[in-house]
Amino acid sequence: MADFWATSLGQTLILLAQGLGIIAFVMIGLLLLVWGDRKIWAAVQMRKGPNVVGAFGLLQSVADAAKYVFKEIVVPAGVDKPVYFLAPMLSLVLALLAWVVVPFNEGWVMADINVAVLFVFAASSLEVYGVIMGGWASNSKYPFLGSLRSAAQMISYEVSMGLIIVGVIISTGSMNLSAIVEAQRGSFGLLNWYWLPHLPMVALFFISALAETNRPPFDLPEAESELVAGFMVEYSSTPYLLFMAGEYIAVWLMCALTSVLFFGGWLSPIPGVPDGVLWMVAKMAGVFFVFAMVKAIVPRYRYDQLMRIGWKVFLPLSLAWVVVVAFLAKFEVLGGFWARWSIGG
Amino acid sequence: MTVFVFAFYLFAVVAVVAGLMVVLSKNPVHAVLWLILTFLSAAGLFVLMGAEFVAMLLIIVYVGAVAVLFLFVVMMLDIDFAALRGQLVRYAPVGGLIALVMLMQLGTGLAVWHAADGAAGLRAAPAPEGMTNTAALGMILYDKYLYLFQGAGLVLLVAMIGAILLTLRHRTDIKRQNVLAQMHRDPAKALEMVDVKPGQGL
Repeated sequence: MADFWATSLGQTLILLAQGLGIIAFVMIGLLLLVWGDRKIWAAVQMRKGPNVVGAFGLLQSVADAAKYVFKEIVVPAGVDKPVYFLAPMLSLVLALLAWVVVPFNEGWVMADINVAVLFVFAASSLEVYGVIMGGWASNSKYPFLGSLRSAAQMISYEVSMGLIIVGVIISTGSMNLSAIVEAQRGSFGLLNWYWLPHLPMVALFFISALAETNRPPFDLPEAESELVAGFMVEYSSTPYLLFMAGEYIAVWLMCALTSVLFFGGWLSPIPGVPDGVLWMVAKMAGVFFVFAMVKAIVPRYRYDQLMRIGWKVFLPLSLAWVVVVAFLAKFEVLGGFWARWSIGG
Repeated sequence: MTVFVFAFYLFAVVAVVAGLMVVLSKNPVHAVLWLILTFLSAAGLFVLMGAEFVAMLLIIVYVGAVAVLFLFVVMMLDIDFAALRGQLVRYAPVGGLIALVMLMQLGTGLAVWHAADGAAGLRAAPAPEGMTNTAALGMILYDKYLYLFQGAGLVLLVAMIGAILLTLRHRTDIKRQNVLAQMHRDPAKALEMVDVKPGQGL
C-alpha cells in the first residue's frame, strides 16, 4: 500500500484529499463566520440575531446559501456574459487558493513552499480582478464606479501590508509560514510572539486587512448609501453568493495570516501547555471576533479619508518600520529580540 | 517527470494561445484579460524552472499592479465596438511588417548567439547548494552587485521625482482640506449659542 501512495496517481489522490479537507474546513468555517458575524453585530445592537433555523440559529447560513442557490439568475441586458460569470467564480477560487500554503499545525500544510508569504500576497493581489471584472462586465454605472473605488482601495492597502510583512520576514529570515511560526517559539509563551517586537505594526496590519478585504469601516465598495451595493449591484442568486463567499473567505484568510504572522500560529500561549491545531483555530476565531466588533461599532470612513490614511500615514510608517527593524535585527538589539535566527528561534 | 512535462506543455500552450488572443480579440478589455492569463502562464513556467521567487514577483508586480493600471485605462476608453470591426485587415500589412522585422532581428541575434563556457553548468544548478533561490538572488543583488543595484535604484528615484515634478501643479486658487485643523475643531470654537427673542430674529 505504501508503494501505491508513492506513485504519481497516489500522490495526486493525496493532494486531492488534502485540498478537499482544506476546502471543507474553510467552508464550514465560512458558515460559522457569517453566523457569528451576525450574532456579534446583533449583540452589540441589543438584538437577538439569527435564532430560528437550528439550535441558536446555527443553520441560518445554510438556509441562506440554499435560498441563494435556488433563486433565478437574472442577467441584465448588455452584459459581457463570459466576463460577467467569470468574475464571481474567480473571486471565490482566488480566495480559496491562498489556503494552500497556510500551516495549521506542525507539518499540517498542503504546500510547504519557501515563498509562502509571497504566494499569499500574490493570491490576494489577484483578488482585485474579481471586483474589476464584475463591475465592468455589468455594463452599469454604479457597479463600475464601485469597482473602480474598490480596486484603488485594495491596491493602496496592499502596499503598506506588504511592507509590514517585510518586517516579519526580516525578523525570521525566511518566507516560509511554518518557519515564521517556529521562529516565535520560546520559553515565555505568548511573550515570544511577534506581536510584541512588531507591536505598532500589528495594529497597522489589522487595519490594512480590514481595508484589503473591504470590511467595515472601509466597505466603501459597497457603500449602500451612495453606490447601492458597489460592484455587486447587478448580481443575483449563485453568482452573488460566490462574491459574498469569496469576501468572507478572504476575511477568514486574513484572520489566519494575522495569527500566523503575529500571534504564533499553533503555538500555545502558556509555557508547558501543548501546542496544537486548536490554538490556531482559536486564534483565528479571536481575530475574527475583533473584525466583527469593528464592523459593529466603527462608523464608515469617507473615501478621501481612506485614501489619505493608506498613502500618507500607513505607507510612510510601515516603510520607516522596515528600516528600523532592519537595523534592530542587524545589530541584534535586546539580545536578538528582532533577529530570531540569532537566538535559535 | 510526466507531471512536469504535462505542466510545461499546459503552461506553454496556454501562454502562446493567450498571447495570440491578446492580438486577435476585438474588445480591448478582453485583450488585457488575455494578457493577464499570459503573465500567469509565464509565472507557471518560472515555477517549473525552479525560480519560484521570480514567478511570485511576476504575479505580484505585473498581474497585481501593472495589469490593473492597464485595465483601468482601457476600461475608461469610450469605444464604439462596431467601428472596430474590419480594422484587422486594414492594419494587417503594417503589423505583419513589424512582426517580420522583429523575426529577422531575433533570427540574426540568435544565429550568432554563443553561450559562455561555464553557462551550461550554471544552468543545471541555478542556486548554490542548500540555499533557496530567494536567498541566492539576495546574495547577488545585495552582496555581489550592491553598488550597481543601488545605482539602478537611484536612476528609478530620479525618474520618479521627474514624473512627479512634471505633473505636480500646486493650485492656490482652490479650497483645500486641512485634516489637522478639521480634527482640532471643537464645539466651543465652532458653535455659538444665541438666545433668539420671539418675533425678532437675529
